[in-house]
Amino acid sequence: MANTDMFDLRGMVGRHAQMSGVWVALAAMIIFGLLRYENFGSAYNLGSFLNYNSMFIIISLGMCFVIMTGGIDLSVGYVAAFTSIVAAYLSPWGIVPALIGGVAAGVAFGAVNAILIVPMRLPPFIATLSTMLAAKGGALVISGKQTVAVDWESSFTKLGMEKAFGPIPWTIVLVAIAAVVLWIILERTALGRTVLAIGGSEEASGLMGLKVTRAKVFVYLLSGGCAGLAGVFLASGFGAGQPLEGTGWELTAIASVVVGGTLLTGGLGSIPATVGGALLLGLVFNLLNFENGRGTISLSAYWQMVIRGGVLFAVILLQARMNKSADRAN
Amino acid sequence: MSDEGMTVENRVRGKREPMAMISRHGGLAALAVLLIFNLLVTPNFLQAQTLAVNVSQVATIALVAVGMTLVIATGGIDLSVGAVMALSGAMAPIIFTSEFAQAYPVPGLAAAFLLPLVAAFCCGMFNGALVALLGVQPIIATLIFFISGRGVAQVLTNGNLQTFTNPSFSYIGTARLLGIPVQGWLVALIAAVIWYVIRYTASGRYLLAVGGNERAARMAGVPVTRVKIMAYATCSVLSGLSGLIVVAINSASDAARIGNLMELDAIAAAVVGGAVLSGGRAPIWGAILGAVVIQLVKYTLLANGVADEIALIAKAGIIVAAVYAQQMRKG
Repeated sequence: MANTDMFDLRGMVGRHAQMSGVWVALAAMIIFGLLRYENFGSAYNLGSFLNYNSMFIIISLGMCFVIMTGGIDLSVGYVAAFTSIVAAYLSPWGIVPALIGGVAAGVAFGAVNAILIVPMRLPPFIATLSTMLAAKGGALVISGKQTVAVDWESSFTKLGMEKAFGPIPWTIVLVAIAAVVLWIILERTALGRTVLAIGGSEEASGLMGLKVTRAKVFVYLLSGGCAGLAGVFLASGFGAGQPLEGTGWELTAIASVVVGGTLLTGGLGSIPATVGGALLLGLVFNLLNFENGRGTISLSAYWQMVIRGGVLFAVILLQARMNKSADRAN
Repeated sequence: MSDEGMTVENRVRGKREPMAMISRHGGLAALAVLLIFNLLVTPNFLQAQTLAVNVSQVATIALVAVGMTLVIATGGIDLSVGAVMALSGAMAPIIFTSEFAQAYPVPGLAAAFLLPLVAAFCCGMFNGALVALLGVQPIIATLIFFISGRGVAQVLTNGNLQTFTNPSFSYIGTARLLGIPVQGWLVALIAAVIWYVIRYTASGRYLLAVGGNERAARMAGVPVTRVKIMAYATCSVLSGLSGLIVVAINSASDAARIGNLMELDAIAAAVVGGAVLSGGRAPIWGAILGAVVIQLVKYTLLANGVADEIALIAKAGIIVAAVYAQQMRKG
């Protein structure tokens, strides 16, 4: 395959074309929305769209790092459900303990993943599948199968319900900070470069003396922490810890990462394009909701699932074509 | 556990290292522990009814696990199995309650069995084509139907629960033969056929070759593309059949629930049974053993009043233990 070749210039050009393709598609959809729907550009829509998708963007960022090493993290959805309950329980003490507690719980699950994958050498798919089941079971146990209401008197719900400035919610501000920090880590630090090198070839990275173990542990802790933060947003934004949420989130995150042009085999990836991928998938829903609202069509939630699969299919076809043309060019 | 597809090296080492013995027979050991525990603790375990209940549940997991084993043998994975179950399970009642089936019961019933399986086959061909022809990673390729397959099923039924009384259709879910549910016999028959194909036919050896080393297989003239597509197609058809059985057992079809999280059970069963995610092994009887273990864990916990959520955690522990034992063997 072209993408395993280090000096594959045309393949890389194709890749970058796809990463920028995300922004072109995003821009096209936004222009379409602005022209077609009156309230699409409203502050309300922008705020609620960003607030809701902040959860998916943050887990996609963690997932991007994992996937760049050639791994996968299936546990993020139910870990987020688990940490939303932790945050809800901690909410009477205010925003900071709830935030820290939620993220710490997520990091703890990430640590379990890291232990299973690095020293015990389980395949990431299986290891994170197990923590996924354990997190779901754990979420049901600690919540007693009920949603856990947050303390409305404390400052906790401000995070998920109030705006930082203009239409921009606090959650997206945190996500933006996280994205910039992760971008810098990926592009400018030895750790970030090691993450990419591992995805290219783990064996070669180890032989070159890169700190492979440290980088692999880091990505799973990071992914767990990101899922933990998503859980905090969930509890704060919806006013309750939600043991039954999180189903399929891992697949949304994987899809966002792939739409952003990151290869599942690792070795290549972009933080901005991943954010773009998550926004693109979220926007598909937003546009469908507006189309439903106009009354010209009436799409049930079931149709939306079908369309979501269709969009993923279209993106995959596009990606496969680009890979093929890059291959042929060699 | 069957040993098809094991490399010579493993076979030799299996005789030498005690750890390898445990890992090769980890599934059997788990089964033995579960049986002994149940005999001692669970009330009324040694009853025909218990056997029938468990066999009827195992059959649905085992069918999918056998299909999943074939896909995993090529080095792939199929996340869409649960959604395919929902699709075929939603189609069958629509067909046999239609006017055509009311007017002509026999062709109607045949269509109710065949059309859902054809639909499942098409899903599998689609998955396989994406993986084998376009080179899409299996987890992403099968994600498409994972997301949209259940959506299609719910669009077909408007999301409604379909209940029905149709003794001839329910036969595959409720009938008994020699005291054992008929779907148990069906699974045994299908597993035997697939085991034979893998063990003794060229297609079967091709399957293992593709998973063992795809590049070498291609150079040796193995029709890699065709083999992969057939693996996904078979997996989907078996999932579709499993969906029909679930619907027949319940005499009801709820597209939102049929096969929900089945991909996890099937992958777990295949792995407990000795499948290796990197491919090259297809332990069919192992998959059945894995399905039995998964079901017995569920049953044991349920029969002893342990809550569902604890059962999930137990399942996670079992998967980790089984795969860790495999890793030990690889050294």
